[in-house]
Amino acid sequence: MKFSGKVIKYGDNVDTDVIIPARYLNTSVKEELAAHCMEDLDPDFSKKVEPGDIIVAGSNFGCGSSREHAPVAIKASGISCVIAPSFARIFYRNSINTGLAILECPKAFEGISDGDKIEVDTDSGEIRDLTNGKVFKASAFPGFIEKIIRSDGLVGYTKTKLQ
Amino acid sequence: MGMTMTQKILAKHAGKEVCAPGDLIEEKLDLLLGNDITTPPAIDIFEKNSFGKVFDTEKIVLVPDHFAPNKDIKSAEQCKRMRDFARSQNIKYYYEQGQEGMGVEHVILPDNGLVLPGFAVIGADSHTCTYGALGAFSTGVGSTDLACAMAAGSTWFRVPEAIRVELKGKPGPYVSGKDIILYLIGSIGVDGALYRSLEFTGEGVAELSMADRLTICNMAIECGAKNGIFPVDEKTVAYLDPRVEGGYKQAPDWLFPDPDAVYEKTITIDLSKVSPMVSFPHLPSNTHAVGTFGKIKIDQVVIGSCTNGRLEDMQKAAAVLKGRHVAEGIRAIILPGSQRVYKQCLTEGLLEIFVDSGCVVSAPTCGPCLGGHMGVLAKGEKCVSTTNRNFVGRMGHKESEVYLAGVEVAAASAVMGYIASPAELG
Repeated sequence: MKFSGKVIKYGDNVDTDVIIPARYLNTSVKEELAAHCMEDLDPDFSKKVEPGDIIVAGSNFGCGSSREHAPVAIKASGISCVIAPSFARIFYRNSINTGLAILECPKAFEGISDGDKIEVDTDSGEIRDLTNGKVFKASAFPGFIEKIIRSDGLVGYTKTKLQ
Repeated sequence: MGMTMTQKILAKHAGKEVCAPGDLIEEKLDLLLGNDITTPPAIDIFEKNSFGKVFDTEKIVLVPDHFAPNKDIKSAEQCKRMRDFARSQNIKYYYEQGQEGMGVEHVILPDNGLVLPGFAVIGADSHTCTYGALGAFSTGVGSTDLACAMAAGSTWFRVPEAIRVELKGKPGPYVSGKDIILYLIGSIGVDGALYRSLEFTGEGVAELSMADRLTICNMAIECGAKNGIFPVDEKTVAYLDPRVEGGYKQAPDWLFPDPDAVYEKTITIDLSKVSPMVSFPHLPSNTHAVGTFGKIKIDQVVIGSCTNGRLEDMQKAAAVLKGRHVAEGIRAIILPGSQRVYKQCLTEGLLEIFVDSGCVVSAPTCGPCLGGHMGVLAKGEKCVSTTNRNFVGRMGHKESEVYLAGVEVAAASAVMGYIASPAELG
């Protein structure tokens, strides 16, 4: 998959409570979740995010709760991809399972600034900053994860398993 | 190459002799858990994809505890969705609010004898790692994982690298499992064990109660760990025997780490050197020993949750509060972790102590821990809480502050009106 958009940048340890505060978890309707995405960290997020935009953040992105509502809210807000040096493990699983593209790339965090326009190719792992001309390479997914992604997520993979 | 306890459990459930860090394996599961926040989306996926019947009606536990007793209409709808699913699928372990065995999920699963040493458990709740205290592999997942595992009875894992945590010495006064895990998280950071298993070992294990071990494993996720796990000893067996149907006398003979198991590193903690700890806003790793900071005035205290809502926690709170009163202007909210703990508080006279000292005593619920209900914070308010997270906005307004602590510090703080050590009470 190829994505391009402007970068919205955050620091380390962006937790699931700021991605989608628990007070909104009395619903799992994705549009309602998207309306409150990031609101305790960045109140302007829902106003400034445009379809295709890319979050570049620091390490341990998505730490905290197991709420799948977090990647769902990010994706429904229009974000196409999240790039970080590392992801918390449940968030990592949940993103794969719900089809939110994520890429692990420590150098991208250092080299990309808020507001830059970037292009991402999730197949090759190439991240191209069109604003400053820098190019970064993300870690490849383990083969098994790719199999899940190719099976149209875990649900598709499970259907094959059950047959 | 030898295996750690976690690796042995994973190999066993994958039908393999051995497994090594980095291996991706398909794992048969002994128990699955969901709550009223995470299960409704799992049910949506389960039904939308016509998964039909769950793989085993006796291996799924559903607990309405987060926004229950229902805090609003939408929460009521979510709880109803889970209740209807449990009924239609004939789920044996659906715990209705108020009924026998009900309470906060990670308090009741061990207390009801549902988790055994050597089990592989997943739960759509990040604190599912609690059950490692019983020598089980147990970890949190999301709703899609839960939905698929409810259908297939299995899930995939990447076998984790291990960090050994060697415990030695004896904890001093007012030091509990909570202080030990906050100390560890403070030492290694909130991603210090990312994707790893935390394997607790050493002579210090014997000094810890089961409540301490459950609290320690409960917060393994707060340093990024996939799971935390304790060896099974006499205390584990004594804990399980009266709780497990048919009794429990001995752990599986394969359930121990090999002498040549490989650990990425070993962290040694001398329990006698750990002080009562407090995690300042807004990360659990932002730890300070009580007594090393000035007076921090507070507005609220919460004692309870899956981290510290067990009988032992209630007894410790009562020991501090007995004959004392909550400071003027402070709200102290105590949430026994289950109906059983609540009743034990009643029969042991703890409820009377709580009420006489000016505390609110609530029904078992996760409510305030995640800013749901029963103790949400206003802008600028500060709370000392025995819960597990102090992220921005965790317990209410984004400009409120949560200070994580053990039960005795929380209770002492309620009496003093600022973050205090029980030793200050005289």
